[in-house]
Amino acid sequence: MADQGKVDPMHQFEVQKMFDMFHVGNHEVAFTTSAMWMVIAGLLLWVFMIGGMKRQLVPGRWQVAVEGFTGFISSMMNANIGPEGRKYTPYVFSLFMFILMLNVIGLMPLGLFGVHPFTVTSHFTITGFLAILSFSIVLIVGFWRHGLHFFSLFVPHGTPWWLLWLIPVIELVSFLVRPFSLALRLFVAMTAGHVLMKVFASFIIDGIAAGPAVGLGVGIPSMALMVGISGLELLVAGIQAYVFALLTSLYLNDAVNLH
Amino acid sequence: MPQISQFAESWYAASQIFWVLLTFGFVFFVIGRGMLPKIEATVDARDRKVADDLAAAKAAHAAADNLEEGYRQQSDASRAAAQKAVTDAKDKAAKDAEKRLAKVDAELADKLSAAEADVNAARTSAMAEIESVAAEAAGDLVAKLSGVKVAAADAKAAVKAVLHG
Repeated sequence: MADQGKVDPMHQFEVQKMFDMFHVGNHEVAFTTSAMWMVIAGLLLWVFMIGGMKRQLVPGRWQVAVEGFTGFISSMMNANIGPEGRKYTPYVFSLFMFILMLNVIGLMPLGLFGVHPFTVTSHFTITGFLAILSFSIVLIVGFWRHGLHFFSLFVPHGTPWWLLWLIPVIELVSFLVRPFSLALRLFVAMTAGHVLMKVFASFIIDGIAAGPAVGLGVGIPSMALMVGISGLELLVAGIQAYVFALLTSLYLNDAVNLH
Repeated sequence: MPQISQFAESWYAASQIFWVLLTFGFVFFVIGRGMLPKIEATVDARDRKVADDLAAAKAAHAAADNLEEGYRQQSDASRAAAQKAVTDAKDKAAKDAEKRLAKVDAELADKLSAAEADVNAARTSAMAEIESVAAEAAGDLVAKLSGVKVAAADAKAAVKAVLHG
């Protein structure tokens, strides 16, 4: 916990155990705050999607909103992979919506209602899991469709023969880095944004503690900055979800349409 | 950083992975595979319907254009036919009138020349009669005045000379 009068910007990332469930080997599986927010995100997403299931020819507002999201991912898959991309739309759509929901929930001012919001995607266990999942799907699809020919991914078109000893190594490294960059990008973006907001919030609290003059002098600019940064973070929440989905679709494209 | 420091705790990673597997699995299977295809099918059906309706409207438009074109051609043709009929009728009427006029003219000319011939004949016979009457009267006048008998032929010649200068 934070010390009295001090705001620990890292405290928000702590996962709290809510109750124990069962053991796997010597690992305990518990229901945690992180698990709770993931369940809430999944349920909210489900409720949101139900609104789009009226399947009317002339859609209402809610259906338009849902179809906007599905159409966004569908057209992205179509643009990046082509008609064969439709097969993978459910996965990329789930990924995008799940990450987006978790990012946005983490930004909600739920503290006003006495709830501790928690950004699930600020943990690299979660982002890493999703990244490895995406990477595994790329590998499976690649080897399934092209067999060992999939290795030709590491020899791009137009590679001069005298560079054949170097290019595949570079390509291999950049390929293997993909899951890490995928996982770290989201984790770092979420963590950094939330730390930044907590730091500015602590400026306000510390400023007020130092007296009314300092409190106003520091608090007002800090508050103004926080308002701006909150908007920016909402943008980042969307962009990071989009980037995760976009990169997944691009990697899938490598696997589906080899060269 | 709790993300790293908590990693050491035995429950952390297992709980995180378990729950993300469960919730993302729910999202993927229920939402991604269950609901998304239906929504996409709705969108596709709508797009197809819009495309079909547009195509139908285009076809109807083309058909209407064709119909209008046909109608116009037909009305042009019938107008031309009507005009032709009118001019033909006019021509025929004019020709008939001309023919009839020519015939009437010819008849009139015939009648006129016959009448002129009659008049000429009448005039010559009248002249001849006047000559003989005048010759007789001249013979009688001479006989009464002088008692000389003039031959009819001489009287005639003298009258002719006077009459014709």
